[in-house]
Amino acid sequence: MNPALTPEGAHPLAATVARLVWMLPLLPLLGFLINGTLAMLGAAKVGPADPSADGHGHGHDDAHGHGAAHGHDAHGHDDHGHPPRHKFAGIVSLVGPGVLVAAFALALGCFFAMRSVEMEHPYLVTLFQWMPVGDLALDATFLLDPLSMVMVLVITGVGMLIHIFSVGYMQDDPGYPRYFAYLNLFVFFMLVLVLGGSYPLLFVGWEGVGLCSYLLIGFWFSEKANADAGKKAFIVNRIGDFGFLVAMFLMFANLGSLDIATVAEKAVELPMGGAIATAIALFLFLGCTGKSAQIPLYVWLPDAMAGPTPVSALIHAATMVTAGVYLVARSAAVFSMAPVAQLTVALVGALTAFFAATIGLKQWDIKKVLAYSTVSQLGYMFVGVGVGAYVAGVFHLVTHAFFKALLFLGSGSVIYVMHAAYHATHNHDDAQDMRNMGGLKSYMPVTFYLMWTATLAIAGIPLFSGFFSKDEILGSVFARIHHSTLAEATLLGIPGSTVLMIVYGLGLASALMTAIYMTRMMLYTFHGPNRTGEAERPHLKEAPWVMTGPLVVLGLLAAFGGWLNVPALLGAIGPVGGLEHWLEPVVGEAGLRTTLGAAPHLTHETEIVLVGIAIAIAVAGIAFAVMRLKPAALVPKKDSPASEGIDRVLENKYFVDEGYDAAFVQPTIGVSRIVLWKGIDAGIIDGLFVNGSALLARAFGWMGSQLQTGQVGTYAWVLLIGVITLLGAFTFR
Amino acid sequence: MLVESLALSAVLFTIGVVGVLTRRNAIIIFMCVELMLNAVNLTFVALSKVYGATGQVFVVFTMTVAAAEAAVGLAIIIAIFRHQRTVNLSNINLLKG
Repeated sequence: MNPALTPEGAHPLAATVARLVWMLPLLPLLGFLINGTLAMLGAAKVGPADPSADGHGHGHDDAHGHGAAHGHDAHGHDDHGHPPRHKFAGIVSLVGPGVLVAAFALALGCFFAMRSVEMEHPYLVTLFQWMPVGDLALDATFLLDPLSMVMVLVITGVGMLIHIFSVGYMQDDPGYPRYFAYLNLFVFFMLVLVLGGSYPLLFVGWEGVGLCSYLLIGFWFSEKANADAGKKAFIVNRIGDFGFLVAMFLMFANLGSLDIATVAEKAVELPMGGAIATAIALFLFLGCTGKSAQIPLYVWLPDAMAGPTPVSALIHAATMVTAGVYLVARSAAVFSMAPVAQLTVALVGALTAFFAATIGLKQWDIKKVLAYSTVSQLGYMFVGVGVGAYVAGVFHLVTHAFFKALLFLGSGSVIYVMHAAYHATHNHDDAQDMRNMGGLKSYMPVTFYLMWTATLAIAGIPLFSGFFSKDEILGSVFARIHHSTLAEATLLGIPGSTVLMIVYGLGLASALMTAIYMTRMMLYTFHGPNRTGEAERPHLKEAPWVMTGPLVVLGLLAAFGGWLNVPALLGAIGPVGGLEHWLEPVVGEAGLRTTLGAAPHLTHETEIVLVGIAIAIAVAGIAFAVMRLKPAALVPKKDSPASEGIDRVLENKYFVDEGYDAAFVQPTIGVSRIVLWKGIDAGIIDGLFVNGSALLARAFGWMGSQLQTGQVGTYAWVLLIGVITLLGAFTFR
Repeated sequence: MLVESLALSAVLFTIGVVGVLTRRNAIIIFMCVELMLNAVNLTFVALSKVYGATGQVFVVFTMTVAAAEAAVGLAIIIAIFRHQRTVNLSNINLLKG
């Protein structure tokens, strides 16, 4: 923990507040320790901390389990009044968000310190020797450079707002301290992930956020579906982590180092498009498909909505799921040496964006819409970093963190209010199904306007943040169709330029569908007549200020976040390419390698046409949804008929989960049961080794026992034969 | 004279061995064991002509031990009889594995 160990004592940042960068992760860790202790102290007594003892708290989100959770006990005893808050709620509300406020303040301090000095190299702070083993000398080193700075600001900033929102959302939950302990621990690991100066340290954070994700998805674990969702997320992520591990082995075997800076240096000495760089990049990307929910490993993210909604906002929209995008940007040097891998990343990203968007069109659960939207937008980010437009990808990561956190928290407000209304009238209907909502704009105007802001941002309406980032990604893809390493490479026999055209087309199609499904969600939730129910209607009202306050801040960010990186075309409205310039030292070189040394150039006319297409698509999508969808025609969920045809396929997510179940889960269970259990365990281990050796010993014992006849005569005969044998041996030797 | 003595001794010993091996009655086996002991005694006495009086000393020892052995052995046989109501060794197989 001694910054004096730092070899970069001469670094300009060492004289600034940035030398305290090691405190960034420690603050949330401290919060975790305090809140975790309080959670355990609270849990020591039977009572509110036991989720099964009081059904009240875990009803906010569970779409399916109201009957089971609420039917028998929760309503019996609480007489509409608020249940008593957790006895440590006060101190937890102070510590939980407090450490994030402090961390955000420190992050801002580091940011301004970085702006004030000229940095040639990233700022490395070595805390201690970690693994000095043979050729491998790993230190626990934090790396602060413009890229990690951006991530730290997003994590602490958005994280802080979500922590504050959680104070309101989770206030009546019996597991309140436990919730904040997990949330703080998550921020700790996330900061370790983005600040890690070597791949193994990054991996520690990577696994840590996976653990916290598991813990928070299954936060209301007394409901089996929630616990299963947590396990699914954890297991699917293991597949991706295997890829990450293999990539690290390959790096160490071929590049001799696991240090991020050293790997970047050595990677560019590899042959361009060679097998090693491609393999490392592809295995890294396998890790990303798990963590960032890309095809084929995206299936866990929609299920992850089983967790509390602020968790979905923080972990499964704004930060953790973008770790894969960060990893690709962080390994830009490796990826830039492997155009085939880059094409794969871009194509998988585009396919995921398209595929998830189609599913999002027909979901009824408000959080499922947002979940598939997140998968789709993550696909966009991968398209960006895949084609070597790292800045565009990270830019979309940042703006997406703003507007998607806003959308999730807004949906959290809606669910909170819906749930409160249903709770007040003892109704067990689904508080997350949009068919039960409708017309909420007059009841929750603040949430309504803020969510429309975010919807316009994600749809790509000009001057909202999403417009800038999405447009930059699509423009970058278009610019690389000609004259780039990607265009010259081939993927499975398809020329790179064709792949990029497909990617561009899929991107446009997804943009159209994004506008449609987001407008659909808004229409069904906030417009038209209210379908909640006569008895419930008087209970619908705006969420408390502690929840709307963070929404307002996020609303401003979602609206104006695009100013971070204004394109040259719109130079009139703000500083051009702020983020581009900021990230140039980290990813600039790798980006240029993809575009063969020259900055990607599109003529002014082309750019105007591309932007025009993007705007037209966004407007068309919204207009289509507004004209075609009739919220007035909807009926509440319990009266809705089952959908048919293509609607049914989309509503059931193309039956991918069922397919995976049939293709992987059931065969695994079958093989485990027949081969591993009945064959290996019961057959070979139990039968052959355990019972077999016992049988062998018994057989020898039986043979020995047969010599003992108990007949003195037999013994005498044996004695005689022995004597004669001995005498004979001595006589005739 | 020596040869005849040793031959007699060998014959007596063999009779003893065969008796021990083939008979089932404990008393008879016991007598056969005595026979073997005395066959050995005869050998000692016969050879003492050649090797000095040591053999004769051994015979005295052997007879002393044999007397003790007879006392113990007969006592055991009586104990077995009390227990099993027989001294036929075919029926006595408590040590069977």
